[in-house]
Amino acid sequence: METTPKPVGPDLMALFLGFSSVGLSGFGGVLPFARRMLVEERGWMTAEEFNTQLGLCQFLPGPNVVNLSVVVGKRYQGVAGAIVAPLGMLAGPFLIVLLLAMLYDHFGSLPLVQGMLRGVAAAGCGLLFAMAWRMGAALRDKLLFLPFSVLTVAAIAWLRWPMPIVMVVGLVLAGGLAYWRLGRK
Amino acid sequence: MSLVIELFLEFVLLSLVAFGGATALLPEMHRVVVEHHHWLDDQTFTHLYAIAQAAPGPNVLVVALIGWEVAGLEGALATTLAMCLPMSVLIYLLIDRWEAFSGRRWQKAISLAVAPLAVGLIFSGAALITQAARLGLSAWLLVLTVVVVNLRTKWHPLWLIAAGASLGACGLL
Repeated sequence: METTPKPVGPDLMALFLGFSSVGLSGFGGVLPFARRMLVEERGWMTAEEFNTQLGLCQFLPGPNVVNLSVVVGKRYQGVAGAIVAPLGMLAGPFLIVLLLAMLYDHFGSLPLVQGMLRGVAAAGCGLLFAMAWRMGAALRDKLLFLPFSVLTVAAIAWLRWPMPIVMVVGLVLAGGLAYWRLGRK
Repeated sequence: MSLVIELFLEFVLLSLVAFGGATALLPEMHRVVVEHHHWLDDQTFTHLYAIAQAAPGPNVLVVALIGWEVAGLEGALATTLAMCLPMSVLIYLLIDRWEAFSGRRWQKAISLAVAPLAVGLIFSGAALITQAARLGLSAWLLVLTVVVVNLRTKWHPLWLIAAGASLGACGLL
């Protein structure tokens, strides 16, 4: 059934190293780095394949880049690849983060460190607000769908309802509306 | 129930609703870890979020920090595994069939529906962190500046993080 010959793919070591480089290069999200490595640098996927497969990774919950590494790993090395690729992505950053945690346990009570972390948290919040703004601006049919963003904020940030309930109700209502809307076009 | 197992199960549950990735999960992690179980206080939670912001790697690793502070190395492994494993298995099983349902009406409808919810979740996460950090006036000014600079310029976010760290280290926030 295979009509297009598969390009000679990376072995397990190459998968591990490739995804390690992605995991270690990104700050505040590594997706752009994953794309650059997979599509531009190593040619493990075409741009089109990347977009389709990322579609599923973003459709399902969970960390998108980890999901993506599973897909690429499976494609070239089956089960072993699907385990090694996410391991490569996470191992380095995991160790760095634990090292930072140990430093925090020792020095976290110093006023200098507390001040620094406060500043980083504030700047981080600014980045999150900006991200929400940008995603909100990119929504299609804002008049229909932006109210769901507002309702989510009310339920989650203000009423403090548990997220599983909010997501199920939100997906049913917004999904139903989207389904109806798609049918009318 | 042992703490590590409890931590693992809570984060498996979190992973199932993590539409929009770990960033969109911040409010729920705060609700579970700080408000419900009292595993961490507001200040530690804020600090861990800040450390994750300043560290390289996928955003999901904030859960490793939380796991570490709650239950050490086993905790960090438990939360990270819980967060990544369920959906990794599912995606392994589904990817070959994805082409078949990609583009269907219900699939498009769910994708359209997730987006506005994710916007609300990320906004809520930022709002909750500002609250947990009890930001003062000068810190709020920094937040607003970062929003404007990030939306208006192409500066790398790391510069803004570094600026926040320096201002904070000087005791200005």
